[in-house]
Amino acid sequence: MTIEILLQHLLNGLTLGSLYALIAIGYTMVYGILRLINFAHSEIFMLGAYFVFWGVTLFHLPWPLALFGAVVAVALVGVLVDRVAYRPLRDAPRISALISAIGVSFFLQNVAIVLFKAIPREVYRPQWLEDPLLVGGVRVLPLTLFVPIFSVLLMLGLVYVVYHTKPGLGMRAISKDIETSALMGVPVNQVIALTFGLGSALAAASGIMWALRYPQLQPVMGVIPGFKAFIAAVFGGIGSIPGAVIGGVILGFLEILIVAFFPDLAGYRDAFAFVLLIVVLLVKPTGLLGARSEEKV
Amino acid sequence: MLSITDLHVHYGGIHALQGVSLEAPAGKIVTLIGANGAGKSSMLRAIAGLVKSKTGSIVYEGEEMSGLDPAAIVRRGIALSPEGRRIFPHLTVHENLLLGAYSRRDRAGIARDMEWVFDLFPRLRERSAQKGGTLSGGEQQMLAVGRALMSRPRVLMLDEPSLGLAPLLVKDVFAIIQRINAEGCSVLLVEQNAYAALTIAHYAYVLETGRITLQGTGEALLADDRVVHAYLGG
Ligand SMILES: Nc1ncnc2c1ncn2[C@@H]1O[C@H](COP(=O)(O)OP(=O)(O)OP(=O)(O)O)[C@@H](O)[C@H]1O
Ligand SMILES: [Mg+2]
Repeated sequence: MTIEILLQHLLNGLTLGSLYALIAIGYTMVYGILRLINFAHSEIFMLGAYFVFWGVTLFHLPWPLALFGAVVAVALVGVLVDRVAYRPLRDAPRISALISAIGVSFFLQNVAIVLFKAIPREVYRPQWLEDPLLVGGVRVLPLTLFVPIFSVLLMLGLVYVVYHTKPGLGMRAISKDIETSALMGVPVNQVIALTFGLGSALAAASGIMWALRYPQLQPVMGVIPGFKAFIAAVFGGIGSIPGAVIGGVILGFLEILIVAFFPDLAGYRDAFAFVLLIVVLLVKPTGLLGARSEEKV
Repeated sequence: MLSITDLHVHYGGIHALQGVSLEAPAGKIVTLIGANGAGKSSMLRAIAGLVKSKTGSIVYEGEEMSGLDPAAIVRRGIALSPEGRRIFPHLTVHENLLLGAYSRRDRAGIARDMEWVFDLFPRLRERSAQKGGTLSGGEQQMLAVGRALMSRPRVLMLDEPSLGLAPLLVKDVFAIIQRINAEGCSVLLVEQNAYAALTIAHYAYVLETGRITLQGTGEALLADDRVVHAYLGG
């Protein structure tokens, strides 16, 4: 294996890992606050990819504008999902919200089938992402650089919101103690809505970039990446944002490197993540950065 | 002036408050004493909007408060330092205090009140970058009171602020309550330490199993045989 190929693999791992990380952040933030696994998150990811497709083909928007519009629109869908499917169940037993999440997931998938038809679609890719660049004598696709760079920028934006703004402070407070946060004057439902919006925006960005990388759109395209990102979030320690990032990146690298070094195992590619999940649950259920399990059941 | 009339609170089958009426006049310290389970915390939590009462009214400065959510009640100037401190252990002292000011927008005023709280509790200033969970119990209690003050309340409700404090600190806490009150803030105080509470209170109520059974000035209740017998260990 030449250096060049190894470098390619590492870049691919980083790309895939960033995409998982962006989805995993949404799972972990919602879980951190509501102790809810938002199964509809996979579909949020899928909608991101389709909305860009729509923006470009239906509304003839320039690609960057379509991307921006899709991220914003999907964030609003995320907020709407919370408002309609989860908020009315805030005081109900947690299992009710979980069932509602599964329902929303199926609902969005089927809406997508109706709206977008089940046939896989080709994705529009801006030319500048396709023309190979020479970086230090090595040919790289701009796309493999674009994904990690854009992802890091988004994550920095998220870190800024969560750790340096007032709503971010509200989020961190709510994740520990909703009642006392309310007592401090934190508008709990608004902050939860913001959490869904941010998580959904990141998942949408991930879906959009996923579609550039694996250029086919299907209504069920979110299911496998969504599961894997969920596993990444558990692996990193569900509830922890840094954990979701680390879990996502590690899972991305593992997947690419295992396939690279053991091509015979390529067919089991999707199974690695599940094996990882089982191992984590057996060895360290709280994940890499998870807090001591102080369940608020 | 905060006035509560015929308040009822139910938890499932438990009728915790059974028609309580109480007044907290502006600028005064009012205390509510009673045995464990009498309903003192329920009273404060109902005023703060954490538990809903179906009947009765909670009127503050002419406005009905029951039915408002807790954030709206804080914005109107009523703050609660809850039982058991409930500080945020994973946030710094500074962030805990900022949370107390969440309902405010006046940055300059918030910074000024942060200094005010640090002057009241110098220990908090030294620890401001530390995580709340690393504070000692007494320091956490100071943080809980300071945090409630950060909303610049006109009515400060304190649920057992001296719980778990060393005797010397208890004295400090009561001195600080009087100081806060002297600066114009009304105080509604719930305390196990009935003697100290009655000593600083302008007016006091005794709550027994969800009903007010006695009321009067702090002095009058300190001298009342029934109070001495039941709450002052006389
Ligand atoms: N969330 C709840 N669910 C059910 N019952 C409750 C709840 N909160 C309080 N109670 C009951 O209501 C009654 C009054 O409780 P409350 O906490 O108001 O008492 P308290 O006077 O503050 O007591 P303490 O001095 O022990 O703090 C008690 O019998 C208690 O068991
Ligand atoms: Mg109590």
